[in-house]
Amino acid sequence: MKLTIQLFATFRNGRFKEEQKEFADGITLGEVVAELGIAESEVGMALVNGRHATMGQGLDDGHLLALFPLLGGG
Amino acid sequence: MDKILRVNMSDLSTRTEAVPKEWAGLGGRALTSAIVAKEVIPTCHPLGENNRLVFAPGMLSGTAAANTGRFSAGAKSPLTGTIKESNAGGLAAQQFARLGIKALIIEGLPKDNKWYSLHVNQDGVSIAEETELIGKGNFAVVETLEARLGKKTGVITIGQAGEMRMLSANISVKDSDSKLRSHGRGGLGAVMGSKRIKFISIDDSKAPGVPLVDAEKFKTAARAFAKAVIEHPATGEGLPTYGTAEMVNIVNAAGGLPTRNFTFGQFEKHEEISGETLRETIIARGGKPKHGCQPGCIIQCSQVYHDKDGNYVTSGFEYETIETLGANACIGNLDDIAAADYIMDDIGVDSIETSVAFGVAMEGGVLPFGDGKGVLRILKEDIGTGTPLGRIIGNGAGHVGRTFGVTRVPVVKNQAIPAYDPRSIKGIGITYATSTMGADHTSGYAVGTNLMGVGGGVVDPLKKDGQVELSRHLQIITVMLDTLGLCLFVGFPAADMPTCVPALMDMLNARFGTDLTPEWIGGLGVNTLKTERAFNIAAGFTNKDDRLPEFFREPVAPHNAVWDFTDEEIDAFWNF
Repeated sequence: MKLTIQLFATFRNGRFKEEQKEFADGITLGEVVAELGIAESEVGMALVNGRHATMGQGLDDGHLLALFPLLGGG
Repeated sequence: MDKILRVNMSDLSTRTEAVPKEWAGLGGRALTSAIVAKEVIPTCHPLGENNRLVFAPGMLSGTAAANTGRFSAGAKSPLTGTIKESNAGGLAAQQFARLGIKALIIEGLPKDNKWYSLHVNQDGVSIAEETELIGKGNFAVVETLEARLGKKTGVITIGQAGEMRMLSANISVKDSDSKLRSHGRGGLGAVMGSKRIKFISIDDSKAPGVPLVDAEKFKTAARAFAKAVIEHPATGEGLPTYGTAEMVNIVNAAGGLPTRNFTFGQFEKHEEISGETLRETIIARGGKPKHGCQPGCIIQCSQVYHDKDGNYVTSGFEYETIETLGANACIGNLDDIAAADYIMDDIGVDSIETSVAFGVAMEGGVLPFGDGKGVLRILKEDIGTGTPLGRIIGNGAGHVGRTFGVTRVPVVKNQAIPAYDPRSIKGIGITYATSTMGADHTSGYAVGTNLMGVGGGVVDPLKKDGQVELSRHLQIITVMLDTLGLCLFVGFPAADMPTCVPALMDMLNARFGTDLTPEWIGGLGVNTLKTERAFNIAAGFTNKDDRLPEFFREPVAPHNAVWDFTDEEIDAFWNF
């Protein structure tokens, strides 16, 4: 299945801003994060289709993931 | 010995007073609010002779501890009609603290039409007539005063907007680069203008400095505090790297980025105005991606922004300004927003109130959405000179809405809602509704917990559960930050790093020889919020003023989120 992944702030360093990638059916958010080489503890905000998601959440074809390190403050 | 300086503009007299016992253990916001509550008639006209303008440094300001140099200004706000505390960085807090000045209280109105200035030094405060700088912008004030009084002079100043008593007028404070930091919110520049004070200069060259009861203990605690700030990812990495504009992409992704005068929650050009783009642009043009608003800042969330030719445009370029002009007014272009930021600093208007006012003006047909050049023209030619259109926009978003018949007017207690849509980030909506200051994200910054889980886990921004409790907790803690002179962002390590609050208590106790415990923080917050609310009630406010505008009941994309709190749920905020 295909997922669109958006990375922000320092997660872009050495990776990408936005990419569509193929993943095995039934993959979880945590597994995608691990495949990207990001430690779960570094993730400040993970959104699936704009809503907060847990690392155990299963993903479906066409989902949009947005991953941010812990930032905060405006 | 700490002292209170008092200026009476009605008879042009000044005096130095001992600090009353009830105020000795206060500083910053807790002190300005205590003074305003005690000395200002709540129903007075904010621009009349019975209002008083109070300045106070934080309790830890002037020490060597990091990020303790915030300066509080308080009065009855002409914008909201409520009590107001607005704090800023710059040099003044540290200068006042080193001079032993607990507070400066300005009362009365001159009987003539002359303009004046104040000068503060080790001997107290004096009044002089001012002619040369009347009608000038804030940058000219700083430049002229440095030539007149020396490079090291401190400056607190109002621009043309303050002179004209516009309700978005701010009070600016010189920083260590001779640029400006602002007491932005609530129109306190109009109060200073009503008292016909163009500027306050500060000479701290003969300041006695800040005494510490236990210098060794202070040093150890200050080191532990700095470590907590540096080790928290938000204050140690995110803010120094991207500045507060890091929030653009975060808030956009969460669907809470006010766009087209709060019509949508996402902006198609978010990447162009993001913290990531801002950083790349600044580095490519030779600006400074890191910069502090006060000496001793170790977070450095500010920056210096240059134009394409490498020339200085602005500094202290904040998320709220970038968002409210960039997405909410659809300008989508950092160069135009930066140019607007500079003009707003120079003429002396709050960049949140003014930017949101432009969004309402665009909806009202005054200029098209996205017209960055139009914004620059109106700022310079209308607001800066006081044409009727300039005065309408310069009086804030609520005023613009009434003038042009717009119903989508994002204000609470007539103060503009900044750059987070309360439908999609509900915790900050409770803060907007209940804050004693009118809509103010800094009085209980629930965004950090709603989106990033600061303080022990995410409180789902799209659900009502836990938001009232969250906002209450944060508003109480924020009083402590605003009272000690701490940067708002110390709230992140204070929430997440177990060493942070004990270090703060140790610093306070070492500074004053007290035995305060962390429980003191809660008491201070509760007392101050209740004092402020009592002032507002006496001024005529009721629970019905703790509401968001009706249009927030309409759904906002992408989540079709609505503001769905009942009156009873909001009013439960005050159950403490």
